Amino acid sequence: MDFNDTPDQAKFRAKCKEWLDGNAKLKDAGKRINVESNLEELIAKAKVWQKKKYDAGWAMLHWPKEYGGINATPIERIIWGQEESKYDVPGSIFEIGLGMCGPVMMQYASQEQKERYLPPMAEGKEIWCQLFSEPSAGSDVAGLRSKAVKDGDEWVINGQKVWTSGAHYSDYGILVVRHDPDLEKHKGLTFFFVDMKSPGITVKPIKQITGTAGSGAGFNEVYFDDVRIPDSQRLGEIGDGWKVAITTLMNERLAVGDAKGADVNEALSLAKDKDDFGQLMIKNQAVRDKLADWFCEANGLKYTKFRTMSALSKGEAPGPEASITKIVSANKLQAIGNFGIDSGDMAGMLIDEEDGMSSFQAAWLGAPGLRIAGGTDEILKNIIAERVLGLPQDPRADKGLPFKDIPSGK
Amino acid sequence: MNLDFSDDQKFLQDEARKFFDKEGGLANTRKVMDESLSHDEALWEKVLELGWTGIRIPEEYDGLGLGHLELCVIAEEIGRALAPIPFSSSVYLFTEAIIKYGSEEIKKNVLPKLVTGEIVGTYAVAEDMSAITESTLSCAVEGDSVTGAKIAVPDAELATHSVVLVKGAKGPELRLVELNSTEVEISLQKNLDKSRSFYKVAFNNAQSSLLGDQGSGWESHVHIMDQAAVLFAFEQVGGSQQALDMAKEYAMERYAFGRQIGSYQAIKHKLADMYVAVTLAKSNCYYGAWALSSESSELPLAAATSRVSATKAFQLCAKENIQTHGGNGFTWEYDCHLFYKRSKVLSLNLGSEASWKEKLVSAMEKTNTLN
Repeated sequence: MDFNDTPDQAKFRAKCKEWLDGNAKLKDAGKRINVESNLEELIAKAKVWQKKKYDAGWAMLHWPKEYGGINATPIERIIWGQEESKYDVPGSIFEIGLGMCGPVMMQYASQEQKERYLPPMAEGKEIWCQLFSEPSAGSDVAGLRSKAVKDGDEWVINGQKVWTSGAHYSDYGILVVRHDPDLEKHKGLTFFFVDMKSPGITVKPIKQITGTAGSGAGFNEVYFDDVRIPDSQRLGEIGDGWKVAITTLMNERLAVGDAKGADVNEALSLAKDKDDFGQLMIKNQAVRDKLADWFCEANGLKYTKFRTMSALSKGEAPGPEASITKIVSANKLQAIGNFGIDSGDMAGMLIDEEDGMSSFQAAWLGAPGLRIAGGTDEILKNIIAERVLGLPQDPRADKGLPFKDIPSGK
Repeated sequence: MNLDFSDDQKFLQDEARKFFDKEGGLANTRKVMDESLSHDEALWEKVLELGWTGIRIPEEYDGLGLGHLELCVIAEEIGRALAPIPFSSSVYLFTEAIIKYGSEEIKKNVLPKLVTGEIVGTYAVAEDMSAITESTLSCAVEGDSVTGAKIAVPDAELATHSVVLVKGAKGPELRLVELNSTEVEISLQKNLDKSRSFYKVAFNNAQSSLLGDQGSGWESHVHIMDQAAVLFAFEQVGGSQQALDMAKEYAMERYAFGRQIGSYQAIKHKLADMYVAVTLAKSNCYYGAWALSSESSELPLAAATSRVSATKAFQLCAKENIQTHGGNGFTWEYDCHLFYKRSKVLSLNLGSEASWKEKLVSAMEKTNTLN
């Protein structure tokens, strides 16, 4: 057991470092990272950085050469990610496109389409989003209702999508819609990609729990009114929409990982610094008990990741252990946020006039979203139970019914 | 990055699993409980034949000269099988203390006999119903004579020798004491897990030899506890995984309201929670195994993290395994209680969860290794 790179990995890491050193600045430890509040500036900076990476071959390491990649191994991607995260570079607004839309296009689009769309996606010239969830279809996303009706060589789309990250600045989107409500739920779906500038598309940012529409990763409602999509932009066969969507969702669940924000180290620093009940919080047994629990969770996740990397490093398929990451980290984030706020006692609810929300307050307010996005805690537990442990699926009230006959509440 | 056991170590683990299954698995644990035995003698003999008590003993003392990682994989299988043998007290605690702190003469006399089983060791710490500290230690040594009583000492009836934590002139000391002596009185103490045996051991001017240096006995003791915490954590992970597997199998077979109980989300989410706890514990244990085998200065933090995480996982899995089995889980006939009881004993044998959380946070205050 060791945490060392193999000689090949060390060589690759050195190459990453060398390029990053020449093109970016290391993060200044201790300095708070400035989050760009102006959306246009954020997009502009992110595009410049992505283009730089693309030109040098770092943008989409694992993609084939013809679309801008270098056929890198999974462990090389991880090494690149580890190194890049040490530098003060713009946050990515391309993750959904590159992580979910790209793979679907690669698998289902025509050769001509791949050549047209994949390189600009990798280069950061065109941004993509994913149009799946609907007001009445969240965890049960196959219950979506947006309609597609064939009209000659085109499809006419009507309906509403929701929780679409980045729709307001995206150029293209992948879309799953219902082409036939007389078929069973999963069988009546068809998959497309769509130009987000098409007539009939309206994007409305969602005002979130925070009271704002969020920053770069903000969510939107997307309305479709008689939007026309050429049949050539269908991905997969008519009726194969669910199969295509599942490929994307599996990629999403891998992509949504560790919840970022106030962590156990921050809770420890607070407890070492702050008095409560007439003594330092760190001397309080109840505080120590919580710190121990959070450390066990955080450390357990850290080394779970290392186990996955070890498997990848040996060229083996990783086990299912990474499936616990989001459940554990989002709940921990919520608890740590709560702890930090409560440490202020009666005044814990106050927001600082100059600095704004503390990291604990931000964690507490953001964590409920993380426990839902990319699969709720409950759905993820079902997935662990069914796919990892092999327990049977729930009997379904909608099984075998034509979609239009499935009971639906509000 | 290689946070994994080697192919040879995995092979050893596989062999160990097959061995315990072939030798009867949980039936051995039941036999020891039902017949009020101190341990399973036949199983212990076979473990000795396999040479496992000598895994960490250097070849020059007739051992196999392997590392701690080999011990970790065996520990996981002992935990899974709830093996009723004095392996942990003799190997994780006694043998490690002799290897680390014994003089050359002691090593020459003791280690080869640990391999053959002629010597079986144990480790005596507790004196009353609270966590022992340097200042509360009462069992004492004068010259080389040890006087005082230890309780909850594992396997003391079978053991020929014990390492004893005592109060010396310059502070705590670790002492090697022979148990087959008129100056030592051993009496069985009833405990929650009848598949393991614990004893009161009273010393009345018993002859002893010093291990390590005078005055540094507490540090030595803490180090032995840290090492053992990682090894016991692997036992706990093995037990957790087995309890989860049992619950899963039962949830597939048992029907209620016309369907498998495992198809209900209430059961699914319970088992998913168990899976999460086992996965975290296992990953923490790998970190512990790395720190143990590489003699890292992070061992105190890694050991406490492995221990706390594995204690939580095993206790959760053991109790929820009973719950999943419903009324059957509360019977003597079903095996659930074997895991429940072992999970409790393993959560206490090196000190309670609370005391290890305390060690964990103390280590966190000193180091900052996350990220």
